[in-house]
Amino acid sequence: MRKTTALRAAAAATAALLTATACSSQRGQDAQDTAAGGACKGQQTTGITDKTIKLGGIYPLSGPASAYGTISKGVAAYFKYVNGKGGIDGRKVQFIVRDDGYQPPKAVEEARRLVEQEKVFAVFQTLGTPSTAAVWDYLNKQKVPQPFVATGASAWGTDDKHPWTVGWQPNYVAEARVYAKFLKDERHKAKVAVLYQNDDFGKDLLGGFKKAVAGSGIKVVAEESYEVTDPSVSAQMASLARSKANVLLDVTTPKFGSQALAADAKNTKWNPLHIVNNVSSSAAVLQPVGFKNVQGVVSATYFKDPADPHWADDPEMKTYTDALHKYAPDADPANQFNAYGWAVASSLHKALDTMKCPTREGLRDAVRNLKDVKVGMLLPGVTMSTGHDDAFPLETMQLMRFKGERWQLFGKPVDTRKEFGPLTK
Amino acid sequence: MSAVTDLLQQVVEGLGSGAVYASLALALVLIHRFTGIVNFAQGELAMLSTYVAWQLVASGMPFWLALPVTLAVSFAGGMLVERIVIRPVQGAPELTVVIVTVGLFIFVNALAGLIWSFTVKDFPQPFPDGAIDLSGVRVDWSTLGIIGVVAVVMGLLYLLFQHTSIGLVMRAVACNPSSARLSGIRVGRVLMLGWGLAATVGAVSGVLVAPVLFLEPNMMGGVLIYAFAAATLGGFDSPVGAVVGGLFVGVAETLTGAYVDVIGADLKVGVPLVIILAVLLVRPQGLFGRAAVERA
Repeated sequence: MRKTTALRAAAAATAALLTATACSSQRGQDAQDTAAGGACKGQQTTGITDKTIKLGGIYPLSGPASAYGTISKGVAAYFKYVNGKGGIDGRKVQFIVRDDGYQPPKAVEEARRLVEQEKVFAVFQTLGTPSTAAVWDYLNKQKVPQPFVATGASAWGTDDKHPWTVGWQPNYVAEARVYAKFLKDERHKAKVAVLYQNDDFGKDLLGGFKKAVAGSGIKVVAEESYEVTDPSVSAQMASLARSKANVLLDVTTPKFGSQALAADAKNTKWNPLHIVNNVSSSAAVLQPVGFKNVQGVVSATYFKDPADPHWADDPEMKTYTDALHKYAPDADPANQFNAYGWAVASSLHKALDTMKCPTREGLRDAVRNLKDVKVGMLLPGVTMSTGHDDAFPLETMQLMRFKGERWQLFGKPVDTRKEFGPLTK
Repeated sequence: MSAVTDLLQQVVEGLGSGAVYASLALALVLIHRFTGIVNFAQGELAMLSTYVAWQLVASGMPFWLALPVTLAVSFAGGMLVERIVIRPVQGAPELTVVIVTVGLFIFVNALAGLIWSFTVKDFPQPFPDGAIDLSGVRVDWSTLGIIGVVAVVMGLLYLLFQHTSIGLVMRAVACNPSSARLSGIRVGRVLMLGWGLAATVGAVSGVLVAPVLFLEPNMMGGVLIYAFAAATLGGFDSPVGAVVGGLFVGVAETLTGAYVDVIGADLKVGVPLVIILAVLLVRPQGLFGRAAVERA
């Protein structure tokens, strides 16, 4: 009996203690959250002061998608470079990187840690469609900005229930539209065979392509999908070859991209125009296949390729290369993922510059109010524009063709919003 | 292209992927014959061996020298794995050993990712490029090459199992370790030998498939599922069964994907599962396997 009483007393004491701490932490947070004054009164100032701004990013530093993890190095190098020049509007950027191993549950855990323990101003960025989709409900409920997510799913821009989340890179539908425009101009009677990954990414791009070519002379004559667990796509490629299509739209992720390109090169009886999507257009995909086997392959891009000597004298590219050598000596400046990180970080810099209030609300509104914002690392003619009904900062891409040992840009940048109108669900 | 050549072309594609499954299934059968367990890490060990070969070739060694070195390294590595990882749980229930191999699977996969990263690597093709044309049906030299090597390995394993004294010894060990030990067989050595040989056969499999699948740490993950289906179908103790099973699974998968509209490419990954289930229901020992007999 006495034991129970003692237990009860202990429990009561603990409960009281917990309530007290909860109250005090609640108070602390409230005080911090609404410190903004003037026109910005009542807005959240968590993670931002006059001297600092705290950002948290979640990337796959380990696991199967860890090749993308190096993006965080490009981002970090940019912020260090900016801090060296006095910071963003006098604020030094503190950039915290967490690893989710490309696993959505871990991304949620890390997002909570960033928001609740690190008290970041914004989560910049989450990488990959699964991880981003896993955390956006939480971040929007917490009213934490999630700007410039590193995925091309069209969901981020067509959704109206997640005002705190915004995309950045051209979405897969926009990319599909670029290919559709190219075919309409150059092969208006094309018969297209499509190889696609059977998930949101593959279906987004394929769906966008079909919509974009609807009513034209271009026909999709064969479709084959694969699962990421499939050992190879050779059977799918054999089926597609039977269709006698004269264009192959290759919507794959890196390993399968290599397999499809190799299978196409090996089959000398079927020689379609091979369009490989941006995701699989990196040198890491093409090199294993052999450059001689991928001549004439077409793809699309939107930022400057650091491996392309064409940009060797570009001032932004020089700044980037120097900064990477200085601040991220273990990162290869020629790796385009690092350049991507640099480009997206400088895009965020531009957005932060346009904030009316130095608050989370200020950033939320700023990223949806971009007007033709130029970013040095983006291709000439590619600018960021958003609006209250447009959460796709980049919708312009330029085509490129593989020649010799590198991609060569051709044609003019295609503004897909202008060509095809705004993207709806 | 007529419907018949079409069908034949699909069959050839199926045989090509089937040979890939069969090559790994042979390693599964081998280790099952020796140790009585199913090794979930077999594919990952094969992948690791392939990386060894890749590293050797990348550092300038000619392929045909790198291959025997890789096989030797794999043999030693397989024995080492048995000694360090499996021996401590020897005698534990089969399930424990299987769980340990699953752990080994995850560990080896992560290790390869750590050392070589997850970006794809090209692997030298030992067979000539191009294809031969058999009245309209295209057969890649690499497909023929894989089938040829698999057939040779199958033959060697058959000889080992049926016509050598070590084959007899390992059957005794797999069947009843305690009795085998009592009759003077050094069970530990035999088990190490089994792991070493299985790793070697796995290495052959990895080296064969890497030029087609492209080398990366998850290369063998998908293959393993099909190899299981192949071994289940053919019987877990028969090398001939593993090869026939592998070819059958490959052809069945390709044909259902191509001709059964309901299944299409989306569902063809379900084919091995259906095969495993059907075999276990109808003939658990597999087509070529012998049913385990227990003394009452």
